[in-house]
Amino acid sequence: MRGVLTLLALLAAVAPAAGQPLRIGLKDDPDILDPTLARTFASRTVFIGLCDKLFDVDDKLGLVPQLATGWSWADQRTLRITLRPGVTFHDGRPMDAEAVRHSLHRHLTMQGSFRRGELTNLQAIEVVDPLTILLRLDAPSGAFLSQLSDRAGMILSPAATESMGREFGRAPVCAGPFRFVERIAQDRIVLDRFPQYWDAARIHIPRVTFQAIPDNTARRANLQAGALDVAMQVEPDDVPALRRNARLRIAQAEELGYQVITFNIANGPRSRTPFGQDARIRAAFEAAIDRQAINQVVYGGQYTPTVQPVPPASPYHLRAIGPVPGRDLDRARALLREAGATTPVSLSLTVPNSPDLRQVGEMIQAMVREAGFDLRLNAMEYASGLAASNRGDFEASLTAWSGRPDPDGNIYHGAHSRGATNEGKYADPEVDRLLDEARAETDPPKRLALYDAAWRIAIGRDRSRMYLWHRMNITAYSARVRGLQAHPDGLIRLQDVRLD
Amino acid sequence: MWAWLLRRIGQIIPTLIILSFMIFGLQQLMPGDPALILAGEERGDPLVLQQIREELKLDRPIVEQYLYWVGNVVQGDFGFSWRIRMPVTDLILQKLPVTIQLATMSFIIAIIIGVPLGILSAVKRDTATDWAANGIALFGISTPNFWLGIMMILLFSVELGWLPPSGYVPLWEDPVQSLATTIMPAFVLGTGVASVLMRHTRAAMLTALSQDYIRTARAKGVSEKSVIRRHALRNALIPVVTLGTIEFGRLLAGAVLTEQIFTIPGFGKLVVDAVFNRDYPVVQGVVLATALIFVLLSLIADILYMAINPRLRQA
Repeated sequence: MRGVLTLLALLAAVAPAAGQPLRIGLKDDPDILDPTLARTFASRTVFIGLCDKLFDVDDKLGLVPQLATGWSWADQRTLRITLRPGVTFHDGRPMDAEAVRHSLHRHLTMQGSFRRGELTNLQAIEVVDPLTILLRLDAPSGAFLSQLSDRAGMILSPAATESMGREFGRAPVCAGPFRFVERIAQDRIVLDRFPQYWDAARIHIPRVTFQAIPDNTARRANLQAGALDVAMQVEPDDVPALRRNARLRIAQAEELGYQVITFNIANGPRSRTPFGQDARIRAAFEAAIDRQAINQVVYGGQYTPTVQPVPPASPYHLRAIGPVPGRDLDRARALLREAGATTPVSLSLTVPNSPDLRQVGEMIQAMVREAGFDLRLNAMEYASGLAASNRGDFEASLTAWSGRPDPDGNIYHGAHSRGATNEGKYADPEVDRLLDEARAETDPPKRLALYDAAWRIAIGRDRSRMYLWHRMNITAYSARVRGLQAHPDGLIRLQDVRLD
Repeated sequence: MWAWLLRRIGQIIPTLIILSFMIFGLQQLMPGDPALILAGEERGDPLVLQQIREELKLDRPIVEQYLYWVGNVVQGDFGFSWRIRMPVTDLILQKLPVTIQLATMSFIIAIIIGVPLGILSAVKRDTATDWAANGIALFGISTPNFWLGIMMILLFSVELGWLPPSGYVPLWEDPVQSLATTIMPAFVLGTGVASVLMRHTRAAMLTALSQDYIRTARAKGVSEKSVIRRHALRNALIPVVTLGTIEFGRLLAGAVLTEQIFTIPGFGKLVVDAVFNRDYPVVQGVVLATALIFVLLSLIADILYMAINPRLRQA
């Protein structure tokens, strides 16, 4: 017995020699760990430790150099980027202009690349010298640069992409602060500190593990029990209880995205209803809804009600369009009368099959009933809802957008007639022109004015969608973790984070 | 005997072929388009969708997709996960030991609790002990696994700090830690099965105890302990063993909610995530593997019956 105890004591003494890992709990299991092919928020949380980008965004959504040291526009279509010297990939090879060319080329041409759409303007990549690269665009673009601050700007080891091809995501090799160790699907991803990292002085954790725990209560319990150091995407109604716990801390930042109700205006037969054809009826629907009340009841007042796609943190937040209007039942009824609608107006709202969003749907149902709408709720699991929206099998649909640092990424896809998620098929030539112009414009005040004008037509006049609120990225963490900061993109930067 | 065995193995092949039809066919009935899911927020770009469909052969006729899949499966290739691009065979081999360990532990817990309680409540029929045992069984059947799981995590991990709240450590890496991570989920799963076993053991024991040979044994002056153990229990356990095999098979098919709460990377979590993400190769691979386990278990059970019961051998 004594022998066993001695052995156990010895084992205990040997085990923690490597230092304590930072254990991060995610809401979802990340998809493939290949920046060219990845799509999910969960994988972005892992990439932030694994793959540095040409640029990063700071907490004011401004662009800051990471693998780049700076940029300048040689002319309206030519971007000159200078690179950081002395950076090496996890395989020990140098990160230089040739590697950048190789990665951008892969993002742009690889079959199944999700980065192609983001780099669509990129026409040619020229290596000037080992630390300078020229990117030639086919048209001026105010949105292009910010793409390089996300996965499209991640630089991968050319040797690894060559040797592994499409299997790169199984053992990614990048130039981030941590290198890939292992992945057990649906269990954990392990990264170890990369000693040759260019900014190694700011990395204090020897190891990071990411563990997917989809159940909110279980994720919270893991944090409380000390089995996790950080829990991402905590639910707003858990915040009061977590705040009462002296051993836990909360970091929160408003997201880049938003929750929205998309209206079916021209996508198939289900758009041909009075609701789909008359903006006044949609305006009445909106006037009957109290965003703030829903936010209070369902989300404990944690979210920020909104009427637009750009969050307040962004310099492109459309300030000129004024505050979020309150509920106005008289106006809603007057609008319905003006439109000559026969009440109750029958309408169906597709909601995702999650408890909070079903509750949001129920509150909307009760609110609009008082104005004269007969709203049916249609709760659908994600994949089915996606397919239904895509083929126009909906009248109104409650969805969300994860958000991008550049306003183009938040506006174009939903309002432009060729927008990627314009599922209601809203189309207006003037809005298209304004959005195309804003995409090419590089002068911020001019861009802002263009987006303002587009909003006034697509939303103010035509009510093509109804923005509800910007959600909050809430991260809960142990008091042992120091230096952790919330960020609008919801990702945790591991620089300067320490574990006591 | 050998002819029977060959015939029995021969029956497996058509079973698996029919199963493969069903797995593939039912999946096609699921609403939702895998290409749309995989495209994520790029789904508005027809080029992206077309590329995905071409790559995954979703643009081909269903029959062709089916034959392509079956052709590969016959060669031992289950394809790769569309979502994380890992070979399905690797995923199954990663999860199988986890699920087997969890199922075995749950089953042992179920037997330890269920069978003695069943015997006790049959022997002490209509007494306080019987009522208590029935109460425990009712609790076990009617308590939702996710609730019991969360309560156990809150008590043993958050409040007392005795056990890790989640995760999984392979048995061969660290046996103590492995048992620590799986004991709570195994208990949660085990209690449900224990209740079923208890109810069946009780019923079977009551039937056995009312048989003539028990009365004869008692009349001959055999001690009560010996009557129960050697005469009643032996016979009562036969239906319980059959039921046990079925329950064990069900445990092997994975336990979604329990795995989810304790973050155990087993079969249940794998297949549910795959269904929600319309990750067809994973769904097909896991369901086929589970079916194969069931078929093999029933074959083993049949062989065992043959070994136990000589009369079957002559048939």
